[in-house]
This record gives sequence, structure tokens and C-alpha cells, in this order.
Amino acid sequence: MKIVVCVKQVPDAKDVRLDPNTNTLARDGVQSIMNPYDRHALEEGVRLKEQYGGTVTVLSMGPPQAGETLREAVACGADEAVLVSDRAFAGADTWATTHTLSQAIKKIGGADLILCGKQAIDGDTAQVGPGIAERLGIPYATYVKKVVTCENGAIRLQRMMDDGYDTVEMDLPALMTVVKEINEPRIPSLKGKMKAKSIAITTLNAADIGADPDQIGLKGSTTQVVRVFTPQVRGERAMLTGTVDEVVAQLVEKLESLL
Amino acid sequence: MLRIDIEACIGCGVCEQTCTFGAIKVEEGHAVVGDNCTLCGNCVDACEVGALSIEREERATKGNLADWSGVWVYAEYRHGRTAPVAFELLGVGRKLADERSVKLAAVLLGSNLAGQAEELIAAGADVVYRVDDPSLAHFTDDAYGNVLTDLIREHKPEIVLAGATAIGRSFIPRVATSLATGLTADCTDLAIRAEDGALLQTRPAFGGNIMATIVCPHTRPQIATVRPMVMKPLARDAARQGAIIDVKPAAARMKSRVRVIESVMEEQDQVNLCEADVVVAGGRGLDDAKGFAQIRELADVLGGAVAASRAAVDSGWIGYPHQVGQTGKTVAPKLYIACGISGAIQHLVGMQSSETIIAINKDPNAPIFDVATYGVVGDLFEIVPKLTERMRGRNAR
Ligand SMILES: Cc1cc2nc3c(=O)[nH]c(=O)nc-3n(C[C@H](O)[C@H](O)[C@H](O)COP(=O)(O)OP(=O)(O)OC[C@H]3O[C@@H](n4cnc5c(N)ncnc54)[C@H](O)[C@@H]3O)c2cc1C
Ligand SMILES: Cc1cc2nc3c(=O)[nH]c(=O)nc-3n(C[C@H](O)[C@H](O)[C@H](O)COP(=O)(O)OP(=O)(O)OC[C@H]3O[C@@H](n4cnc5c(N)ncnc54)[C@H](O)[C@@H]3O)c2cc1C
Ligand code: SF4
Ligand code: SF4
Repeated sequence: MKIVVCVKQVPDAKDVRLDPNTNTLARDGVQSIMNPYDRHALEEGVRLKEQYGGTVTVLSMGPPQAGETLREAVACGADEAVLVSDRAFAGADTWATTHTLSQAIKKIGGADLILCGKQAIDGDTAQVGPGIAERLGIPYATYVKKVVTCENGAIRLQRMMDDGYDTVEMDLPALMTVVKEINEPRIPSLKGKMKAKSIAITTLNAADIGADPDQIGLKGSTTQVVRVFTPQVRGERAMLTGTVDEVVAQLVEKLESLL
Repeated sequence: MLRIDIEACIGCGVCEQTCTFGAIKVEEGHAVVGDNCTLCGNCVDACEVGALSIEREERATKGNLADWSGVWVYAEYRHGRTAPVAFELLGVGRKLADERSVKLAAVLLGSNLAGQAEELIAAGADVVYRVDDPSLAHFTDDAYGNVLTDLIREHKPEIVLAGATAIGRSFIPRVATSLATGLTADCTDLAIRAEDGALLQTRPAFGGNIMATIVCPHTRPQIATVRPMVMKPLARDAARQGAIIDVKPAAARMKSRVRVIESVMEEQDQVNLCEADVVVAGGRGLDDAKGFAQIRELADVLGGAVAASRAAVDSGWIGYPHQVGQTGKTVAPKLYIACGISGAIQHLVGMQSSETIIAINKDPNAPIFDVATYGVVGDLFEIVPKLTERMRGRNAR
């Protein structure tokens, strides 16, 4: 089984904090990390490979630095790494991103199973997985929390819904996006780390993947960001003070007037 | 490409501070942009000397945008119930449709839909497209996606809204991709731009740390998923008139490559978190599961639902369905009581539109106090049990 896991390099949101005084983002040396959900997608891919045989290829669209994230993925069990990188991809929305990633998947010979994270912690749209599937013309399932079986050319899994979960089955090739509940990712092995150091990352540009110039980057995007701003928080505040009993009495009063 | 006019740049570093992505830095006296720039344009607006600009090669508009007219709402229906978000979308949809002087339509897909379409009309829809078919009994991305896509192709609405629920966030990207148009995720604000009637779609990104306003300039429809509990439904008006149009799609379009084996409804809480009037929430300040029990007690006494910060969920004191915030639920109850929650922005985005917020925290500088209507600086282990007792006494009376 040929498994492709899409991984995105993202800024570590933990490092980003809103400074309430200036209402700007305070960033002290934001680190780039592998999108946390993609770690779970990778782990599931590696587990499926271990159980059913096959290869795991990690694929990322991003600047050359994203190669570090791919190496990390190799340390965690991926066999091959592919970076699609071109200045022309900059500013891509999800429509342009899915064109690029699906072209890259075709270029490397397709896949039986494609795994994505539920969403990326920067763009937060959760649109890339379903978009790739639609462009490749294959079925997909989102919010997958468990793979039940993957046999005889079909995969059976549980996907989360707002009021519970559905167990569904689809024939391969197929795509799924995973939630964190699906597994506990492993830490890199020594062997994996060695491999990560030496592996040659396949790097493809827009021409290599046969990208349509009208569907990539800022120019190929269907959406346009017109403004970015920091969220405003409401300012009104009344502090209740006094001894514990006094404060509780005031709270009771407030609650009684509200309920 | 982000262009930097090195002559004009004064090396003030404002752009470096504004960039959420750490993509621009001042080096050797002027700004230098890195490969990870997303072309979001934030720094362009921030630069006081106008040294920055984004070079856009305009994309060609396909077809005539004016052919597309009307506002549509996907009315999610599952397990015998229209999702509350459908009514919220009709609320905001009505406003957008009136501003554009167009009709508001709802699309209702499922099986055994008797009585549902009438409710959508009472909630603001002028037209309901209804597909009532046994093959839509279970949600599948394929069948629901095909049917909605076909309806959009046929009727050409300019705007399509859906709830940013597990279902909406799953199949709407498929619809947008097959229509080759833009999709904005998880919006919290929608407005019409006066100059050209474009839909301004505002959404949190970056874990709620930034808000972005997005447009879809060259293609139609403009599609957005919208966070539940953010928009306000209209008051139900049974006297409202509207048309119900039954649609019979070809059987092949309602076939799915994904087979639903079973659909399990999990034990819901006695009080549904998103619909509760009172929510009592606990965070890491509760110390352990035993401490967290105090939150349940207070919630019980107040007849409210229990919620938690991610820290409390990650510690295993309570299940993920109770998490409020960016990666959990959005709630807007009449009263939200936050105990031992610091008020990280990712938590605030999920609860700050609550009518009244009470915060109990021992740290006077905790950011939760910035959004609190009433704040109490103190030890929750002293305050919460006493408050529970007093309120229990009141109930007994
Ligand atoms: C502030 C802001 C708001 C935005 N809002 C929108 C919007 O509303 N609509 C829109 O269309 N675009 C939007 N974008 C653009 C969007 O972030 C990019 O298109 C991005 O490349 C992919 O979207 P995402 O980060 O949301 O990924 P998601 O769709 O959330 O990612 C899901 C999964 O897809 C895979 N994946 C995603 N990106 C890559 C990649 N580069 N390489 C490999 N795998 C990947 C990963 O497995 C990931 O877990 C926005 C960008 C910014 C900066
Ligand atoms: C991408 C991303 C998504 C996220 N999504 C969410 C989300 O959906 N929801 C969410 O909640 N978080 C989310 N987070 C995490 C968020 O950033 C915070 O880490 C989290 O909300 C903190 O939880 P807390 O307030 O319970 O814990 P802390 O920040 O540790 O705060 C505990 C508070 O309790 C107070 N306290 C301690 N003891 C007492 C006492 N005895 N009496 C009174 N007060 C006391 C302390 O003063 C402190 O303010 C997300 C983070 C990221 C990066
Ligand atoms: S904000 Fe403008 S002037 Fe200041 S460093 Fe950046 S580009 Fe130069
Ligand atoms: S356009 Fe946005 S991402 Fe690029 S440097 Fe400016 S602020 Fe940073």
C-alpha cells in the first residue's frame, strides 16, 4: 500500500501571545514546527504500513525550510520525503494549495491512501484534505478518530460527528483527515534520526509537477485576504472585593438578579 | 510578491512587529522578507512610510458575476433535527439578502423531513429547496455534496452559507472545489461591502490570535462556513410566507462511494453545552479531578452545563465535548462562570460573547478579567464551595 501523508510546517502558536496593552502579537522567536495534527496523521500512516505493509511518503508544500519538518517526519517513520517549493506558490489559498498538492501526488505516482491532519493550526480552515480528494476524484472521510480495518482494498473507520460518530467504509484509493484522539505519536528512533540526516528530499517546483499557472500562488487563489487585525476584547470590568463571605454574598446577589 | 522599497524604508521595525508569521525582519537598516511570507498584507498597512506593497497579478474573472444572485443557507438536518445553526444562518442571511435586495433560500437535505421546511420559512427563508429521499438518510460527503453542487449550478446564488460544524466543514470544501470557487472557513462576521456588494467574510485564524477579512473577488458563489452560536436567529414568525420546492435529483447523484455502516449518537450531557443558558467552566486552577467536581456541583445547583479549558480537558478531568474555545465549542450563554481559567485568547474566542461573564481567579493580572463583567480575585477553593452552598440554600427555599 502506498501511503502519502501531507504535512505542513507552521509557526508554533504557543509562542504567539496577544499583548493586551498594545493589542499586538508578542512573538519571541517563533519556532517552526510540524503541524500537530499532521504528527497524528503520520503516526497513523506509519502504523498502517507496519500492519499491512507498504511505504509512507511525506509531502509538503512550503519554503525550503519546510525540509526540516520533512526530515523530522522521516525520523518518525516515513520512508520518503517530497517537498514542493516554488516562489510562485506563495500566497496560496486552499484552492491553490490543493491544486499544487494534488498535482504533486499525481507526479509521484499517486497513492492508495492519503492522510492529512484535521486542520493546520495557522490557516485553521480544514479545507485542504477534502479539496485534494475532490481534485483527485477519490472518496474521503474527515475527523477520523479510529481506523477499524484496512483490508481487501477498502478502509473502515470511525469519524467524529457533532453528536457522536459514524462508522464508514470506502474503497481505496481514498483520503482521510485525522483528529488527535486517533493515536499517540511515537518519538523519533535513533535509526530514524540517522535516516533523517542522510535522506535526499525530492524537491519539485511548479514546472516539475505540471502546475497550471492560473491555479497556484496568490494569483491562482480564489480568496483574497483584505485585512488582518487582532481581536478586540471587551473592556468593561467590575471587580468584586472584600472578605470571602462578602464576595460570595455579592456573587449570590448578582446570580439572583441574573437567573 | 511582497515588494520592499529599500529607499523609502527607514528601518523602524514596525513591520517585524506586525507580522504574525515572523516573515519580515530588519537587517542592515532595512526590511527583508523571508520565504514564509503568506502575503497577508498586514505589514503593508502598518508601514507608515509606505515602503511595502504587494504585487498582484490580477486573476481573470470567469464568466459574468452579475449572473449570480440570491443568498443561500444550507440547513443542516440530522437525526430528526434541524441544527440550531441553520436558524442562525437564516438570521444573518436575511440581513445580507435584504441589503442585496435578493431572495433568501434554504437548502434542506435528508429523509423524513415533514414540518422542517415550514420552520425554515418561519425563521426567514423565502424559498426552501427540499430533497427528501431515503438515500440521504445518512450524511455522506458524496451525496450531499453532489446534490448541493447541482442545485447551486442550476440556480446560481451569489452567496452560500453553511454551519462550520463537523458536517459543514467536511462537505462544503468539496462543493467549493467542484465549483472552482473560494471558501472562507469558520466565519464570525459577515457584511456586504458597500462599493461593489462583495461579501466581507471575517474569521479567526492562527488559533484565534488574529482575525482576517476575506473576499472572493473573481468567482461565484462566495461560500462561507460560519461558526455556530455567533449569529443571531430571527424571532420565529409562523405567519411568514415562503415557497417550498421539492427537488428530485437523479439517483446516481445520491450515490456515495462512502458507505455508512452505523451512526452512533453518543450520550449527550443532560444539558447541551451550546444551548445552555448557564455555563460553569473550570480550568487548570482546579488542580485535579476531585477539584473539578466542584464545578459540576455549582453547575448542578445553577441548572447549568459544565465546560472546561483545554488545560482541564488535557489533564483528563473532563471529556473533550466540554472544551470551550478555538479548538472546542463556541458558547454564548446568558451567564458564563470561569473558575481557575487564565483566559488565553484561544479560550476567550469560545466564550467572550456570553452576556455576563463572572471570573474567579487568584491572579489579579489574569487576562480573563479583561472580558469579565464581574471579577473576583481569590482562591476558588474557598469561594466556589461557599457559593454552591448559598445557592443550594436559595433553591431549597
Ligand atoms: C489569516 C489567514 C486566513 C486564511 N483564510 C483562508 C480561508 O478562509 N480560505 C482559504 O481558502 N484559504 C485561507 N487562507 C489560506 C490558507 O491558510 C492556505 O491556503 C494554506 O496553504 C492551507 O490552508 P490551511 O492552513 O487552513 O490548511 P488546512 O486545510 O487546515 O490543513 C489541513 C491539512 O492539510 C494538509 N496541508 C495543508 N497545507 C499543507 C501544505 N502546505 N503542505 C502539505 N500539507 C498541507 C495537512 O495535512 C493539514 O493538516 C488563509 C490564510 C491566512 C494567512
Ligand atoms: C492552537 C491552540 C488551540 C487552543 N484551543 C484551546 C481551546 O479550544 N480552549 C482552551 O481553553 N484552550 C485552548 N488552547 C490552550 C490555551 O492557550 C491555554 O493554554 C488554556 O486555555 C489554558 O487553560 P487554563 O486557563 O485552564 O490554564 P492556565 O493558563 O494554567 O490557568 C490556570 C489559572 O488558574 C488560576 N488559579 C490557580 N489556582 C487557583 C485557585 N486556587 N483559585 C483561583 N484561581 C486559581 C491561575 O491564576 C491561572 O490563571 C489552545 C492553544 C493553542 C495553541
Ligand atoms: S515598517 Fe516600513 S519603514 Fe519600518 S522597517 Fe518595515 S518596511 Fe521599513
Ligand atoms: S505580508 Fe503578512 S506574512 Fe508577509 S511579511 Fe507582511 S505581515 Fe508578514
